[in-house]
Amino acid sequence: MRTIDSVFGIAGTALNSQLVRLNTTASNLANATTVAGSEKDAFRAKRPVFKALMQDEMTNAAFPTLGGVKVDHIADDPTPIRSLYEPNNPAADKDGMVFLSNVNEMQEMVEMMAASRSYQNNVEVVNTAKQLMSRTLDLTKS
Amino acid sequence: MNLLSDAFGIHEKALSVRSQRMEVLARNIANADTPNYKAQDIDFKAMLQDVKTEYLNATNDKHYAGIQDAPDDGMRYRIPYNSSFDGNTVEISLEQAQFGKAAGDYQATLQFLENRIGGIRKALKGE
Repeated sequence: MRTIDSVFGIAGTALNSQLVRLNTTASNLANATTVAGSEKDAFRAKRPVFKALMQDEMTNAAFPTLGGVKVDHIADDPTPIRSLYEPNNPAADKDGMVFLSNVNEMQEMVEMMAASRSYQNNVEVVNTAKQLMSRTLDLTKS
Repeated sequence: MNLLSDAFGIHEKALSVRSQRMEVLARNIANADTPNYKAQDIDFKAMLQDVKTEYLNATNDKHYAGIQDAPDDGMRYRIPYNSSFDGNTVEISLEQAQFGKAAGDYQATLQFLENRIGGIRKALKGE
């Protein structure tokens, strides 16, 4: 039977996924000014791609997580890499070019706020479910 | 009236539907950023209708079995007010409002149950 405690499992998977999103944002911001010696090595912004858990895939979880969310994979941002002529940079290649990361700081800040709002939403879900559960337990006291 | 099994009436079933609805809404909120996720909700009326519906019984060998619909689980896909590029139909403000309402409904059902239990307790004590 479904009970209110599966809400904890579902919201828990969402908290986990949003935290991964926040982590990738932190990583992107940290690497915003990273330069590399070739286009292949240049840092590309990372984006988690979410997927709904349609089967109970996390069998070792304490709560059922059916209908929750997981990070399917982490994709690279396809925005083209910018190169810069900087012959004095120790990372420059033989033509004096360095390759910047394609992180857009503005976009990352927006992403960070969105992730934190989503996280807060799910914390609120857990809080509400917790209150309702303890009220259900109180039924026996009345 | 059987005191123990009928005491809670429809509220027992209602509480289970309400907690199921909380789960569905939690699922929507959890998947607010999942591409192609379609928001769902429980049609409370359809579900209650299904509980109340009585099917024809085959009481004789010569009776044909009546056609029974598969039990309606009340799940419906939500029709979004605004569509989004990634195919996700969760509208977070709507879900939040519905979740708050569902929590209130759950508490109301709990209150009904609480009153019933209080009444039975009083009757047992003979106060």
